[in-house]
Amino acid sequence: MDLGLLKELNTLRAARKAAILVSNLSGGPDQLVREGQSAEGVPQDVINKAFLSGKSGIVEGEGSSYFLNVQVPPARIVVIGAVHISQALAAMAGIAGFDIEIIDPRTAFATPERFAGIKLTANWPEDVLKERPLDTFTALVAVTHDPKIDDYPLISALKTGCFYVGALGSRKTHGKRVERLQAAGLSGEQIGRISAPIGLDIGASSPGEIAVAILGDIIQALRRRGLSA
Amino acid sequence: MPEVSGTDNPLDIAERWRGEGRDVAIATVMETWGSAPRPVGSHLVIDGDGNFFGSVSGGCVEGEVITEAMDALGTGKPKMLEFGVADETAWRVGLSCGGRIRVYVEKVS
Repeated sequence: MDLGLLKELNTLRAARKAAILVSNLSGGPDQLVREGQSAEGVPQDVINKAFLSGKSGIVEGEGSSYFLNVQVPPARIVVIGAVHISQALAAMAGIAGFDIEIIDPRTAFATPERFAGIKLTANWPEDVLKERPLDTFTALVAVTHDPKIDDYPLISALKTGCFYVGALGSRKTHGKRVERLQAAGLSGEQIGRISAPIGLDIGASSPGEIAVAILGDIIQALRRRGLSA
Repeated sequence: MPEVSGTDNPLDIAERWRGEGRDVAIATVMETWGSAPRPVGSHLVIDGDGNFFGSVSGGCVEGEVITEAMDALGTGKPKMLEFGVADETAWRVGLSCGGRIRVYVEKVS
């Protein structure tokens, strides 16, 4: 393994960026590829599939076997709103393998009793996200219904390119939200990325069911994400 | 030896050890069959004195991998190792769980 490539890979890992170190098992030079890039000798769909699954393994390429050392950062979920849906989502997210944190400035909602063992911050999203910025491997779920609380993190998530952005609210509520986001200077394409009504369309009714719909939506967004450079 | 903690990643340790001027080899689990103890992509990092960090098998074959890694540091040539109960070395080093693994050992150059 080339030391320069190892350093580059570690830098990307530290910055929570996905990368694959491609080793030619017949002895050719190693290659480092990022999402949307290609590797010499390995079909592009094989590279893309590895980025989406996050799984390392040996693959067949042109006249040689290659080992794909796939380094995809662990996906995390940031939830704005310490509401009933968030309680169910927090429990399920851990089982599905996601790190999750809940942010809500309303101290009546954001109590440790309601979220035992879950990372919970009773502060404004503006302040929390300055300390722990969103990134492309973060899903942003806004469920307070309150524009004062939800809008800033939604805008921040769309500008950052979070792999998933979802917002709770009826079509009417979302219509008003779209107007506010347009006024804030976001493009139609950016705003169109918001999953609203939030979650997969499975007819979810109770808070627990809505949490299932949101988690399924997040997994789909992660595993089927578009891979552009 | 510098402080390392259980949450460190072997790839970071490899870079750090190289930065300290040590010879470093990386062993990587590249294929598994059956009930292998560590998944594909797991790393063990070895230096020229036989210090190591990480795991490729949860202890079953680490000793053999470290020996081969120190050999690879000498020759500079990578090597693919295979371990399993079907292997002729099963009595010496093998996976008691019945699985089979292939481990690639290479020098960081």
